[in-house]
Parts: sequence; structure tokens; C-alpha cells
Amino acid sequence: MRSIINYLKEIIFGVWSLLKGMKVTGSYFFRPGTIITQKYPSNRKDLVMFERFKGEVVMPHNEKNEHKCTGCGICELNCPNGTIEIISKTIVTEDGKKKRAIDKHIYRLSMCTFCALCVKTCPSNALAFSQKFEHAVFNRALLIKQLNKPGSQLMKGVE
Amino acid sequence: MQEKEIITSTDEQQEYVINMGPQHPSTHGVLRLLVSLKGEKVKSVQPHIGYIHSGIEKMCESITYPQIIHLTDRMDYISAHINNEAVCLNVEKALEVDIPDRIKVIRTIMSELTRLQSHQLWWACFGMDLGGLTCFFYGLRDREKILDIFEETCGGRMILSYNCPGGLMYDIHPNFQKRVKEFIKYFRKILPEYDQLLTGNVIFHERSKGIGKLTKEDAISFGVTGPTGRASGFSCDVRKHEPYSAYDRVQFKEILHTEGDTFARYVARIDEMWESMNIIEQLIDNIPEGPFAVKMKPIIKLPEGEYYQRVETARGELGVYIISDGNKNPYRVKFRSPNFSNLSVLNHIASGFKIADLVAIGGSLDLIIPDIDR
Repeated sequence: MRSIINYLKEIIFGVWSLLKGMKVTGSYFFRPGTIITQKYPSNRKDLVMFERFKGEVVMPHNEKNEHKCTGCGICELNCPNGTIEIISKTIVTEDGKKKRAIDKHIYRLSMCTFCALCVKTCPSNALAFSQKFEHAVFNRALLIKQLNKPGSQLMKGVE
Repeated sequence: MQEKEIITSTDEQQEYVINMGPQHPSTHGVLRLLVSLKGEKVKSVQPHIGYIHSGIEKMCESITYPQIIHLTDRMDYISAHINNEAVCLNVEKALEVDIPDRIKVIRTIMSELTRLQSHQLWWACFGMDLGGLTCFFYGLRDREKILDIFEETCGGRMILSYNCPGGLMYDIHPNFQKRVKEFIKYFRKILPEYDQLLTGNVIFHERSKGIGKLTKEDAISFGVTGPTGRASGFSCDVRKHEPYSAYDRVQFKEILHTEGDTFARYVARIDEMWESMNIIEQLIDNIPEGPFAVKMKPIIKLPEGEYYQRVETARGELGVYIISDGNKNPYRVKFRSPNFSNLSVLNHIASGFKIADLVAIGGSLDLIIPDIDR
């Protein structure tokens, strides 16, 4: 007799525990807004990422097509996996002095691990992170980027 | 010859060997388990590791100390911040740098948030392993809130790279405190829902109680740490025994259970989530003022010698061992990863149980494969 009671008790406890779980899942039918995080592809137009989000490394240019990169190579030195390559050239300044300047700032997005050491160690704050995160392309070569725009110059007053 | 034997033999002693993994959803990564079966019972489990070996320890020998940090993110990617902290603490200990209180407190809050999101993901995946797909959605929904907090302050969601030797990469975001408080308030309401959904479930009880028993003696001799070891009664919380950062100024209790089965490991982690929230609540309102990083030399060179630092990650004790010969690169780096030791116990506790229980036991160990292979 006792074993039968225990058996029935187990069944009732089991069903009760399942109902308790179903109460939780069932309650979300009446408040579906609390279960949705975001509807990603459809909210693409008004999706704003956080300002510190590490999307990709960019070099901000002002409206006169000037940047702050002096070509010192500290970012290349600090990059742990050879993402950045700096090709520099020598230019002659207005007062006749020879000076090292940047020719190409090559950034390989496919190798970048987003450790932020280049952005943090840059002495002239020439680099920054953009909020772009949709990086998928069909050709691998498109992931090798030149950060300084063609024809751009060093901003005045940056040494 | 052997093939013929397997087909013709009707012996009850016949052994059947199957490969579980490397691509199996319940191994949570590329772990290959060579399972010997007798009928449905597991006779022995032979883990074959190395499918995602990335040579992190060797890579560390050719890069500088600040650069090591971002590699440790990739070891145990679910508790990336705590791994970062371990290396930073070790370097700071070697250089005898005094770390301001602000950095210590922020690091502790971030570590506990990391632990919370790690356990949330574990709960989600563990529920899914045992057939409750709802858990997966609920767990990930709540984890999303912590990841947003991380994203706002650190710029990354999983791979944070927020620590650097001497402090933090940036100061906390102005919204940080408000968001963390909101999250704690929210999650205190949600966590009982986890209990209603899975902890009390009768099917879950049947599948986890008494399964995969690990005694305290075995836990100690296998070096099993973290919630897995504490569920067997092995008091191994580094936060309690060797406090680092700001753990010496907060009140929390070490979760200890004595049963040592899958259910105890489950309850230990749920209880740890409550404790983590307690720790965060004690610290979040009084973050001291001060700098967020100590000025360090541009090229960090450790004095010659050996340095060891251990921290408590979400899965157990992580040790970082650095031998320096005085250069800017370490001579040798060794990580004592918690998952490697936790995996070694799998054969011991899973043999004798059914193959479906192997999934439950593996899930309760909370293995992260890149941390095993490094």
C-alpha cells in the first residue's frame, strides 16, 4: 500500500514540476517583448553600436584630406600578429629639410585580433576604431586595406 | 580479421568502440572522445585532444608582455577577462607595482560579471544537452545584457582585452554603474525562473542525481578545481584562500557541496551566480576615485626569475607561470588551465554509466576546448 502511495506521489510531484516549468514558458506568451533581444537584419538601418565598439581600425581624415599619422611605426611594432605594415617615404618639407612621412598604411583586417594596442599606443592619436562590423566579403584581397586615403597629407602641427 | 570478429561474435563481453566528436554538439568544441561501450554502458572514455591546439604558450615566447594579454583571451574565451587579469597580476607582481584601489575594484566587478555570464552560458548549454531547448534561449537572452555592458566599456563582447599590465585599457564608461545595477535588479528576478524551469524538473532530476559521482579524495588527486571540485567538497576557491584584486574586502561564502554528482555540480554553479551578484552589489556603489592605469615603461622587462600567479576563473584555478631571463619577451610561459585537469577526471566518473549520462557528465564539467589544447 505504501509503495503505491509513494508511486502516486512521485507521479504527482513529477507532473507538478513540469507544470511549474510550463508556467514560466507560458507566461512569456503574454509578454513577448521581454524575450526578444533584437531583430538584427531588419533593424540594420537604425542599429547604433556603442562608441567604443571595436569594429575595425581606421584612420580619421579631416575635410582637407589630412590625417595625423607621422609614419613612426609604433603601431607596427606593437601589433602582435603583423596586421599593420607601414611603407614610408622621404619628403622634402617647405623649409628644405628631409623628413620621413607615410606612403602607405597597410591594415590586414583578416589578421587583426582587435587587441587595441595600436590605437592605444599611437603617440599622435592617428588611429581609431570604427563601428562597422559587417566585414564579410567574397574576395580575400578586399580585406587588405590602405588606411591613409590617396593624396592625403599630414595634418599641420602634428609631429 | 578484426572486422570479421566483430560481426560474428555474439559474446556478451563484446566491446563496441565509437567516436564521439570531434564534431559533436555536446562536446562544446572539437573534443574527440573514444568511448568503449558494452551494450549501452560506458566502459571507458579516452579523450583525444589537440584538434584546436594553437600553440599559445610557444607564441608567448616571441611576443612582449602586453601582447600576451590578447592571446589569453583566446584560451578560455568564455571567461576572457579573468585570464587577462591573471597575466596582468603576474607581471605586476614581478615588477612590484602598486595597483590603485580603483583598478582592483573594477577588475573584481568585471571578473564577477564574467563569471556570471559564463555560468549563464553554461546553464543554457547544459539544459540544451539534456533536451531542454528553452533553457538555451533564456540563458542567452540574459547573457546578452552582460555582453552589452562589456561592449559599452571594453569595446568587445567576448574577447575583451580590457586589462593591460599596470591597469586597464580605458576607464569605465559613465553608464557602467547604472547598467550593472539595472542588470543585478533584473537578474535577481530572473534567476528563480531558472530554478522553476530546470532545477525542479523531474526529468532533469532523474538524469542528474547520482550520476557521475566524484569523491573529494578523487577530486583532489585529479586536481579538479572550480565549481566541479567544490561540488565534491574540495575547498579550492582561490578567491577565498589566496585573495587577489579586491576579493579580500568583500564578504562572500565559498559554495561547498558534498554529493559530488552532476546535480551537485549544477547547484554549485547556480549558487555561485547568487554569490557573484552579492560581490558585485558590495562593490558597485563604492568604486574609489583614482587613475585607471599606472604609468608603465613603454617596453616592459621583467627581472630575471620565475613568477606564478593563480586566479579563480569560472571553471577553476588558472595558473600563469612565467620564467623571465630579463628580456622583453618571456623565456617560457606555462598556463595551468582548469579544463585540462577537469577533463582528466572524465574517464573516472563516466565509466559504468550509460552513454546518455556521458553527455550529462561532460556538460556538468563545463569544458572549454581551446583552454584544454591552448
